[in-house]
Amino acid sequence: MKILVCISHVPDTTSKINFTENDTKFDTNGVQFVINPNDEFGLTRAMWFKEKQGAELTVVNVGGAETEPTLRKALAIGADTAIRVNTAATDGFSVAKELAKVVEDGGYDLVIAGRESIDYNGGMVPGMLAALTNANFVNNCISLEVDGTKAKAVREIDGGKETVSTTLPLVIGGQKGLVEESDLRIPNMRGIMMARKKPLTLLESVNAKAATTSVGFQKPAAKGAVTLVSPDNLDELISLLHNEAKVI
Amino acid sequence: MSVLVYTESEKGKFKKVALEVASYAKAVADNMGTTVTAITINVEDASELGHYGVDKVLKVNNAQLETFNAKAYANAIQQAAEKESVKVVVISSSADSKYLAPILAVGLQAGYASNVIEAPTSTAPFTVKRTAFTNKAFEMTEINTDIKVIGVSNNSFGLVENTGNAAAEDFSPSIPDLGVTVESVDKATDKVSIADAEIVVSAGRGMKGPENWGMIEELADVLGAATACSKPVSDLGWRPHSEHVGQTGKPVAANLYIAIGISGAIQHLAGINASKVKVVINTDPEAPFFKAADYGVVGDAFEVVPQLIEKLKTFKAQQ
Repeated sequence: MKILVCISHVPDTTSKINFTENDTKFDTNGVQFVINPNDEFGLTRAMWFKEKQGAELTVVNVGGAETEPTLRKALAIGADTAIRVNTAATDGFSVAKELAKVVEDGGYDLVIAGRESIDYNGGMVPGMLAALTNANFVNNCISLEVDGTKAKAVREIDGGKETVSTTLPLVIGGQKGLVEESDLRIPNMRGIMMARKKPLTLLESVNAKAATTSVGFQKPAAKGAVTLVSPDNLDELISLLHNEAKVI
Repeated sequence: MSVLVYTESEKGKFKKVALEVASYAKAVADNMGTTVTAITINVEDASELGHYGVDKVLKVNNAQLETFNAKAYANAIQQAAEKESVKVVVISSSADSKYLAPILAVGLQAGYASNVIEAPTSTAPFTVKRTAFTNKAFEMTEINTDIKVIGVSNNSFGLVENTGNAAAEDFSPSIPDLGVTVESVDKATDKVSIADAEIVVSAGRGMKGPENWGMIEELADVLGAATACSKPVSDLGWRPHSEHVGQTGKPVAANLYIAIGISGAIQHLAGINASKVKVVINTDPEAPFFKAADYGVVGDAFEVVPQLIEKLKTFKAQQ
């Protein structure tokens, strides 16, 4: 089985978010970038397939040279090869089109992408990639088993979960639950050394046209001070929620 | 050229989000000087949509669509969009709608903006405000394609009543090979889901153990709320992953979010930032959550919560 894991290069979850150039560009100053957490769950599940079922594992990112340390980390965790599509990721649709070319040329059976990236939260790349490559698609995937060309997955739905069956080729939008948090891997020294020698292929962009443009950012308005209520006077809290906030 | 809205339903009845996205579609249509057409799937009586600005309903009744299938639903909506030559399709941000939206967008060659929180600030160019960086910021997005798909964030626009009658007509889209088959659904039907909830009661490690969640559930019951938890709690296995709220869990955009025994890590706050009113109950007055909260109680949850439950019961009985 050939597996492709799509890796998004995102600010660490603890990052403070700021903008520059008159609030039109994300300020990367002092920001540490990591593998998108939803993708990391997928990468770990893919490693399980590699180790238990002999799968071949490639990771891919659409982005500039600055994303290579993130791809190298994925190689250090255990991916066999990496691909970087050499173009700036501008919107979800264009990224999906760039990835579709990689999938079609590489003949992958299973593509694992995070259900969304934690920066732009578009949540569109996995589904668009599936539609563009005519693959089956399971979103919000929290469990995946593959047997030959058959797959069984569990996906989270509002208020519960759903078990589905499908066939390869398959794209999944993965998330927490796909593996346990405790199963996530930290690259060890041997992995880091080996990652330096593993192939990282640079592919030219197909110049996919973006469907959307980010034209500006805003930060939420500054918050007023909290109104503290004494634990001995919870009637006041109820009154505030009813009369002032009007939420109960 | 009307605006098309996909109005979600469950067991033949509209979900609340259906009425919210209809209200949103009406605002877009008014801005563009056009009408609203809704597509419903397996809904018997669609007349309610007229009260939320819908002029026409395309009613799909098909046994193959009894269970949600993203590809089939996306195809049905696409066929409705093509039939009506629409330029804008409005959907919700439910798990199902977010599942089908990218497939629909590819089918229509449309730009898709998810997590949209306001009516478009302009329709030429078509510009919407959406949440990004897991609610740490807003992004203004211009959709450049001829057809646009808008995913409206739950509880962001609200319900706007209109007077009107929606004329219904039957619509029979062709159904593609489904590709994915549902084997079983495991859903607690008596519980409010986090996505649908107007009020969410959430608890953290301060609860000391899963055996203490009874009072959290009781408080949620009194308020008609959903229950949620912080990341450490789901990592410890005290509560299921599906209740984990935060950057790698579920985002919450409730009207009221009550956080009990949660200190307020930056990843948790990002996940709940879109909620309108936040209440914090914590023993530690220095907990970062107090800086993000509207109302706070510095106190022991084991003393405060049972009292709050009793007082809310009395309050509810008086209403």
